[in-house]
Amino acid sequence: MNMHSPAHAGTPALCERMRRVAKIAAVHADDVDARARFPEEAVEALRTERLLGAQIPAELGGDGATIAEIAELCAILGQACSAAAMVFAMHQIKASSLVSHGEGAPWHRAFMARVAGEQLLLASATTEGGIGGNLRNSICAIEVAGDTCRLEKDATVISYGDMADAILITSRAHADAAASDQVLTVFLKDQYTLEKTHVWDTLGMRGTCSDGFLFKGEAPAEQILPRPFAEIAAQSMLAYSHILWSAVWYGIAADAFARAQAFVRAAARRSPDQTPPGALRVAEASSLLQGVKASIVAALEKYAVAQGDEDKLSAMSFSVAMNNLKIASSQTVLTIINHCMLICGILGYKNGTPFSLGRHLRDAHSAQLMISNDRILGNTSTMLLVHKQDTSLLG
Amino acid sequence: MSITDEVRNIVASHGKLPVDVGTLADEADLYAAGLSSFASVQLMLALEEKFDVEFPENLLNRKTFASIAAISAAVSGLVADHQAA
Repeated sequence: MNMHSPAHAGTPALCERMRRVAKIAAVHADDVDARARFPEEAVEALRTERLLGAQIPAELGGDGATIAEIAELCAILGQACSAAAMVFAMHQIKASSLVSHGEGAPWHRAFMARVAGEQLLLASATTEGGIGGNLRNSICAIEVAGDTCRLEKDATVISYGDMADAILITSRAHADAAASDQVLTVFLKDQYTLEKTHVWDTLGMRGTCSDGFLFKGEAPAEQILPRPFAEIAAQSMLAYSHILWSAVWYGIAADAFARAQAFVRAAARRSPDQTPPGALRVAEASSLLQGVKASIVAALEKYAVAQGDEDKLSAMSFSVAMNNLKIASSQTVLTIINHCMLICGILGYKNGTPFSLGRHLRDAHSAQLMISNDRILGNTSTMLLVHKQDTSLLG
Repeated sequence: MSITDEVRNIVASHGKLPVDVGTLADEADLYAAGLSSFASVQLMLALEEKFDVEFPENLLNRKTFASIAAISAAVSGLVADHQAA
């Protein structure tokens, strides 16, 4: 790693803890998928290993893990159970909003200590009926009266909403605010009610239980994060989302690759004189997998350089780079898993074999859709009307 | 017409703000007034055309478009550089 190396001495210990979680998650992954149920065993294990607080600063009881370390943890869990890994990633994306923008606020500091101490699971409610998928717009508005804030939101998706201990939810800043003038507010479980409006029955990522809800909450107004959501979105959420999601997808593809490689190695051992027909595709998939890995590492380095620098984080070049990571990784993992399917043949297509890849392929299909790639390409294409791509190799 | 007035006109015609630009002070936060990142790019293109300048990479961020005053300052700097060159 270079001088911006985002990892530190605590990394191996964190990874060891996550490997223990992954072991448990792997046992239940097929059942989580088949029954579209919450990966409760994996999340319980995350609590036991105290990984829900991994990103919280050490002085507040967490591990103070960097984004690179969290990404590594997502990749480890992604190789065992995509749904559990995505739940972990989404929780950590919310934690990043607190860590990056709530440190100066007494309520949010105390809450971070609770997240680490009580291993609270954080969910996100940024999607709303009627906004057309653009999370930078809200229709609902938070109502502040004296010390209390109230919010009602038609949240068409709140992943694991039923299982969360707190929800971080976007809204317009006040009744007269423009759609893009948003705030993010923390509501604790006993401060809101959820009425289910949509059931999550999907092709893949079934265990994230991303149901829709009518959210109604009331809480002390100090629970509103002190910075505008536009800033939070640009300065931490964009990078954390695209990097951590990519790390989960990388994990899914890496496990598919491991299965395909095992398949070819078994064939090679049976007839050492003949190169198995799938061997060439394994080589090709290896190259693609390395490409995804390199894109994530490059994005981590870019973030490490920009971290804490408002100008760099809000620069178009940074947004374009993060968007490009999301597009590239979400597309490439599908190609990789498809290669793996061709390698493993019917044993990959069939469920319940050591080489089964159906779950991987279905889960990976969510990657292009969670924030639609077309929307992201649209945003990037707008920026490229004025932003000139950096054509240097190392810059 | 001053640069600030010209910027004001362009914000009015290309900013797609849900409010009347005439009601906004020079220092008013344009993002709070509803400026989207898409509209800020269109605004930038219109300014480049109008003043015959090009926004360099270091000005392509949220701060540059945070208010009419901030845009005017950025444009004034670019116009001065352009004339000096």
